[in-house]
Amino acid sequence: MSRIGVFICHCGENISRTVDVERVAQQVGKMPGVAFSTDYKYMCSDPGQNLLKKAIQEQNLTHVVVAACSPRMHEKTFRKAVEAAGLNPFLCEMANIREHCSWVHENREEATVKATEIVGMMVERVKKNRVLPTITVPVTKRSLVIGGGIAGIQAALDIADCGHEVILVEREPSIGGHMAQLSETFPTLDCSQCIMTPKMVDVANHPNIKLYTYSEIELVEGYIGNFQVTIKKRARSVDEDKCTGCGVCMTKCPQKKIPNKFDQNIGMRTAIYIPFPQAVPNTPVIDRENCTMFKTGKCGVCQKVCGPGAVDFEQQDQLIIEAVGAIVVATGFDLYTIDEKPKGSLIKGYGEFGHGKIPDVIDGMTFERLASASGPTGGKILRPSDGKEPKQIVFIQCIGSRAREKGISYCSKVCCMYTAKHTMLYHHKVHDGQAYVFFMDARTPGKSYDEFWRRSIEEEEAVYIRGMVSRLYQKGDKIIVRGSDIAVGVQVEIEADMVVLATAIQPQKGADTLAQKLGISYDKYNFYSEAHAKLRPVECATAGIYLAGACQGPKDIPETVSQASAAAAKVMTLFSKDLLEREPIVARVKESGCVGCFACKKVCAYGAVEEKEIRDRQGNLIKTVAFVNPGVCAGCGTCQATCPSKSVELDGYTDEQIVAMIESL
Amino acid sequence: MHPEKQTHDFEPKIIAFVCTWCTYAGADLAGTSRMQYPANVRVLKFPCTGRIDPVFILKAFQQGADGVLVSGCHPGDCHYIAGNFHARRRFAAFRKLLEFVGVDLNRLQFSWVSAAEGGKWVEVVTDLTEKVRAMGPMTEFKELAMEEQWSGAINTPELKEAYSQI
Repeated sequence: MSRIGVFICHCGENISRTVDVERVAQQVGKMPGVAFSTDYKYMCSDPGQNLLKKAIQEQNLTHVVVAACSPRMHEKTFRKAVEAAGLNPFLCEMANIREHCSWVHENREEATVKATEIVGMMVERVKKNRVLPTITVPVTKRSLVIGGGIAGIQAALDIADCGHEVILVEREPSIGGHMAQLSETFPTLDCSQCIMTPKMVDVANHPNIKLYTYSEIELVEGYIGNFQVTIKKRARSVDEDKCTGCGVCMTKCPQKKIPNKFDQNIGMRTAIYIPFPQAVPNTPVIDRENCTMFKTGKCGVCQKVCGPGAVDFEQQDQLIIEAVGAIVVATGFDLYTIDEKPKGSLIKGYGEFGHGKIPDVIDGMTFERLASASGPTGGKILRPSDGKEPKQIVFIQCIGSRAREKGISYCSKVCCMYTAKHTMLYHHKVHDGQAYVFFMDARTPGKSYDEFWRRSIEEEEAVYIRGMVSRLYQKGDKIIVRGSDIAVGVQVEIEADMVVLATAIQPQKGADTLAQKLGISYDKYNFYSEAHAKLRPVECATAGIYLAGACQGPKDIPETVSQASAAAAKVMTLFSKDLLEREPIVARVKESGCVGCFACKKVCAYGAVEEKEIRDRQGNLIKTVAFVNPGVCAGCGTCQATCPSKSVELDGYTDEQIVAMIESL
Repeated sequence: MHPEKQTHDFEPKIIAFVCTWCTYAGADLAGTSRMQYPANVRVLKFPCTGRIDPVFILKAFQQGADGVLVSGCHPGDCHYIAGNFHARRRFAAFRKLLEFVGVDLNRLQFSWVSAAEGGKWVEVVTDLTEKVRAMGPMTEFKELAMEEQWSGAINTPELKEAYSQI
């Protein structure tokens, strides 16, 4: 006979405001099998947990139900407490009467009835719970970092410095990401490349970091501590071991007019190229779409001039399999594509601002490349159309951000600050020029941020106009910008030489596809979701996968670096033990009932179902049955619902438990 | 202030079978965001929609549910790679069977609600509750359950007593 203890939490007032907790405790106390029922202000607090432990010992409880918040919040807490009192942790269940009841209903009577039913349901369930042993699995102490921007670099360096091997995978030919493209960084105006490139070199030289550039994640299998990752290393057409990085091939390549994506397509590159001079690795790659050799079969100049004979037109894409224990996702952001329809929007971009039609309307990143000393203009601010210095420049903020009708309702967080920085860079380079900024609000929280923004107005003479631009058109070689100054209530018209749009931050293209490969969740904008917005901001709900940087939401560099180091610390926590305890929610086969149809094997996405022969004492084969490898089983239970003879059971979610719950209602 | 709650003659019983990773988390989000929805729904958590046996749906109707909701991750977003695809295929066939048996399919709703879609959870639950409320109570299976009790179950006190005397 079970002696169940039921503990109803008030959660301060969060539950007791709408649910009559005393009545729930009283009603549930009358249920058969319930030996003890009480309510307490904060069950998760130390006194609350002690109350639970004391009751288990004094009342000889065999099962426990804690009615409080979501099990996603505190199931671990209470299972630990139950374990400390000498019970198997899986004999404790939580009834969610906060997120699923008190917070979503206002009527006290209805909420109390519902809460009683929810608790009753869990009481019936817990009666059928069985003692489950904890399963331990070995941890592979190697980690994968996806994305070689500042987030990925920081995480990789931190993990590698702790003595563990890191596999860093980057899609582009070089690591560095967007930070390598920036000219200067706010709020100190230090040169981005000066602080970025040493870190890139550290990555290249670190004995614990294995770098795969020009590579993508093809497939992720396994689970926390034991992932198997297939990496597709795209053909570079240059042998990385032989190449010395002398660069002769690039000087001799006859294809010289290919827009360079790194320079936002305003600078040109050759068909065999490195994206920028400080690229890591310093090994060129052949852009097969634009290479004459690949298009026509004639040329091969690079191969002829290459001293070490590194150019290899025959090179194929390679699939590499790596075993890792943890994965840090740091795929970063992309800028709002002005000429494309964003996800969830009915309206196509910001065509009305002439981007793509008027050559001197550029986005923020293009301005960074113009201002960068290593950029296509050598750091001079020049108009893309005629190469003249713009004397009047207009910056427009919130392009894409905070525009619900365009499908993006969030604030991109960094644009106010980078626009302030742009006005300064402009003023430093064009002394007689005038910068105007159209803005909605200036959002400058952060250390020394507001001071920086004020400086752009007070010392660097930028004129800030609160209001949005209504119209923008080309007139001669000028761009007429019309907008309203809502602070003064007048129409403004500026004859600008150049216009810079502060475009929104969006997740990288293909972020959703990668999330599906990893099995992690993402929001409607494709930003990856953290396990808990406040308390677990760098972990995914999927165990063993961590987040760093702007792939989780818009972030500036200091925040990205902090999060990357935090993710690395989480990986180190995982690697601090040789064995990892995992939930024993795995499927088991009842061999007596199994007829060996292997329908379960077909539906198992993890390949956890094996064939097992049952023999008699003489060694004659009686039958072949299914066997679930508990190390590989992820515990989804698809096999159980599929099994025609009901011979598979998922521990923790048995038919008995579920039917008991349904029958209680 | 919220508008005064309407009282109804009939409060339907809705049972929801949801997966832990997407819909349960989505329902949690609705709670954290203090969204409001009818209190008719009872949520049963499963690791994955792939674990949900069609028998549970029958069992729910038999236990007196007036409406059943099955909800999991969006196609392609399954935490267990493909569990929701198996569920989708299974329930596509099961719906036909249920219709054949004579159950109004408006009482059974399948949906995809992600962990970020608290609002959608509220919408789905509210819609189903209102729809089922308009349809009235589901009686067919309750009658069937009573018949079963009469025809052979031994858990009635009278029968128990009779058996004990044999």
